[in-house]
Amino acid sequence: MAAATETVVHETRAPSSAPLLRVQNMAKHFGGNVVLRNISLEVAEGEFLTILGESGSGKTTLLRIIAGFETADCGQLWMAGERLDLLPPYQRRVNTVFQHYALFPHLTVEQNVSYGLRVAKAPPAEIAARVEQALAQVKMTAHAKAKPAKISGGQQQRVALARALVNRPRLLLLDEPLSALDANLRRQMQVELKSLQREVGISFVFVTHDQEEAMVMSDRIALLRLGELEQVATPREIYSRPATAYTAQFIGHTNLLECEVKNGVARCHSLSWSTQAGEGSALFSLRPENVRLVTPGTALAGEGVRFHARVRHQAFHGATELLRVECADGLVFTVRTSGRVDLQDDLELEFRAADAVPVRGSGERS
Amino acid sequence: MRAGWFFCYAVFAFLYLPIAVLMVYSLNGEGVGGFPPHHLTLDWYRTLFADGAIWDSVGNSLTVAVAAVIIALGLGIPAALALDRAQFPGKALFRRLVLLPLILPGIITGLSLLMLFDTVRTKLSLLTIVLGHGTALISVATTEVFAGLQKLDRVQEEASLDLGANYWQTFWRVTVPNLKLPIIGAALLIFTLSLDEIAVSFFLIGRDNTLPLEIWGRLRRGITPEINAISTIIFLFSLLAIVLWYRLRTRAEGAPEMAAELIEPAVQGD
Amino acid sequence: MFSRAYRAAVTLPPLLWVAVFLLLPYGLMFCYSFWSVSPAQTIVHSWNLENYRQLVTVDVYWQTLLRSMWIAARVMLLSLLLGYPLGYFLSFHAGRRKDLLYQLVIIPLWVSYLVRAYAWKTILGSDGVLNTLLQYVHLTRHPLEFLLYSPFAVVLTLTHIYTPFAFLPIYAALEHVPRNLVEASEDLGASPFETFWRVIFPLSIPGVLAGATFAFVLSLGDFLAPLLLGGPSGIMISNIVVSLFGAAYNWPLGAAISLCMLVLVVSLLFVSERLEKKWSFR
Repeated sequence: MAAATETVVHETRAPSSAPLLRVQNMAKHFGGNVVLRNISLEVAEGEFLTILGESGSGKTTLLRIIAGFETADCGQLWMAGERLDLLPPYQRRVNTVFQHYALFPHLTVEQNVSYGLRVAKAPPAEIAARVEQALAQVKMTAHAKAKPAKISGGQQQRVALARALVNRPRLLLLDEPLSALDANLRRQMQVELKSLQREVGISFVFVTHDQEEAMVMSDRIALLRLGELEQVATPREIYSRPATAYTAQFIGHTNLLECEVKNGVARCHSLSWSTQAGEGSALFSLRPENVRLVTPGTALAGEGVRFHARVRHQAFHGATELLRVECADGLVFTVRTSGRVDLQDDLELEFRAADAVPVRGSGERS
Repeated sequence: MRAGWFFCYAVFAFLYLPIAVLMVYSLNGEGVGGFPPHHLTLDWYRTLFADGAIWDSVGNSLTVAVAAVIIALGLGIPAALALDRAQFPGKALFRRLVLLPLILPGIITGLSLLMLFDTVRTKLSLLTIVLGHGTALISVATTEVFAGLQKLDRVQEEASLDLGANYWQTFWRVTVPNLKLPIIGAALLIFTLSLDEIAVSFFLIGRDNTLPLEIWGRLRRGITPEINAISTIIFLFSLLAIVLWYRLRTRAEGAPEMAAELIEPAVQGD
Repeated sequence: MFSRAYRAAVTLPPLLWVAVFLLLPYGLMFCYSFWSVSPAQTIVHSWNLENYRQLVTVDVYWQTLLRSMWIAARVMLLSLLLGYPLGYFLSFHAGRRKDLLYQLVIIPLWVSYLVRAYAWKTILGSDGVLNTLLQYVHLTRHPLEFLLYSPFAVVLTLTHIYTPFAFLPIYAALEHVPRNLVEASEDLGASPFETFWRVIFPLSIPGVLAGATFAFVLSLGDFLAPLLLGGPSGIMISNIVVSLFGAAYNWPLGAAISLCMLVLVVSLLFVSERLEKKWSFR
């Protein structure tokens, strides 16, 4: 299987219908800093897209451009066939859930949620009905008359969500809304947000730096690095077939093997396997869970690579253990196993050649 | 947007117009009156510099101002610390009393002190003026230092204690250095305010005049153009002082929020 | 956190000073207001309500008090009208020039009050800049008399003096409005004007109250501007008090009036503070 090295963006799923939002060749700089370089992206109807990246990757800037709080230096935004970037934020059918919720402190929960509808001068009966429904959807009906200062962070977040959704936007933007919550609440909210999105059926564009969060929630992930899209794919795809070394390392753990490919054989220290990657030096990504303890009497399907290594370090992760093992020739692997293993144990390990995925190096861009 | 800029500039014009007029007239050969000014001259400045009484009063004002700074800081800093850190009965009343002279019309402060000095039969003099200024300006020192204390992260002091310093050492090594800028800023402000103080001084004056009262006396007797000259000089000096104060404040914490401290008490409650 | 000795050392000196130089004098003023002055120009320590009676019955006194309040009210309104837009504009639209403009606003604040009041006198006189200019451009033929030595002159001068005072807390309150609230409001469909009216203004009310209070209270007690520019029709209550402590030697009456002013000011501060708390949403 040839690695997709020709295109900049490794797009693996064409949208099934006309895209809701099209970002075309967007670029943005602040002062001397280039924050976004030539971004092109599509958001499908009803999809949950996550823009994932480290701080400084430009993800928040991209979101703010879509919301209308920043103007791009060049490029266009299209929503349902019309130019979006020419409109001020208050005329876009886009709503945002802000990172620190931005609830109006002088208004009650109810008044916050009804804000957009009141501004649009909707009839009072309709406002009341829709607000009630929105509050019920986020389970905040009991707190309708409270002021934001009196409710918890998690509750504020729900109110912010209701306030945005009640306006029935075509697109909902979420700027790291879960980052201020503690771990358990965060996991709970991830599930709730996902099912809410399915229920409401509108497109969500979610920004986060947490790769685990992105994988749990998204239909597709757009990985942004230093202002450029590294890879845009479904979570499964991005995990099992990372396009670049950066992607492989950013999402989940991985082993990056530096190899020399000659005559269809990749060689890394004393290990070798057949590959279809091009001649010359190459990088291979191997996920820790794909390296298994050899069970006597069983054989791997397909070509396998076996080696011996000693356990140098182990970290207990509940259901699994993450081990760092060292081979005789100094090659170090990260291995994930479900069995109990002790330090300094000598292990026999193996992996399938097919699980070693060739990736582009960081910094290489075609 | 354009209307906004226009309005702003109009307000600035309103604020600076009188000062500009004064400066122009200080150079006007015919003194005040008549527009536009005719021949420009530095005569009035010359007369001013030869005027002994004015310079005496300047000397008095400077002395009073320095003394006022010492008193106001000497009491205002502990007051700020007390308000920030200590709990004691009557704290709310104390806070309000300290801040009161800032907003109370000056004559009330002046009058009440006059009655005090009369009762204890103290003769009015520069000393009584110093006491008056000090009392009135404690609030300035307190608000500035208090704001500085609020910005100071307690964590720093806790770290100092954790590393083995006791309360006194922590105070001098951590708290005070962090308060350096607010203190200097307060000193500058108090100094400038004292130089211009009239309402309180009016009642507490003895034989020696301060500069504003000297000018005031002359104004009552008729306008002399020297006044324009001295006013211009006062303006330039104040300008310098305030720009300096502002720079100090911004170095400490970003744009100064002078009146924020005065709304804070309302918000925080007792 | 601090030892008792430290706390005592820090609290006692200011406490003592405030007691001696603030509480005690106010107390004395209170006592004086109930005494009277003998024809021989000495203070008679007989306790009575004569001074207060005079305050309410003698026309000059209560009328001047009312006029002073009316002047102060006008100054307050004008200062807010000038100060609020200035504060809003500086806080939200000034961009890089914000710092510089802020300095420009506070500079006049600390430039001698006397200097500025005196400057207005030169501008407003029948011989002054304004009149000469108006005649020069043929807008008027004779000097306008009401410009100087009138309540108009007092209101104008006091507005000039106290607009920066009103500006400061308004600006501080506006600066405290989190900018993401403005974005949230626009995100939800509100135009910039609606955003101002529904979000920014309500959150700035404590600042407006503080600014209004400063302008009103400080104008009420002002005695310089009326003395320089007020003329007979522009006399304010403080001028009366000053003369009672001067030529018209009657300290007790002066103390009574001062005490009334003190009570009035303190009540206003109290009310203002309550309202500010009510309108604050931190």
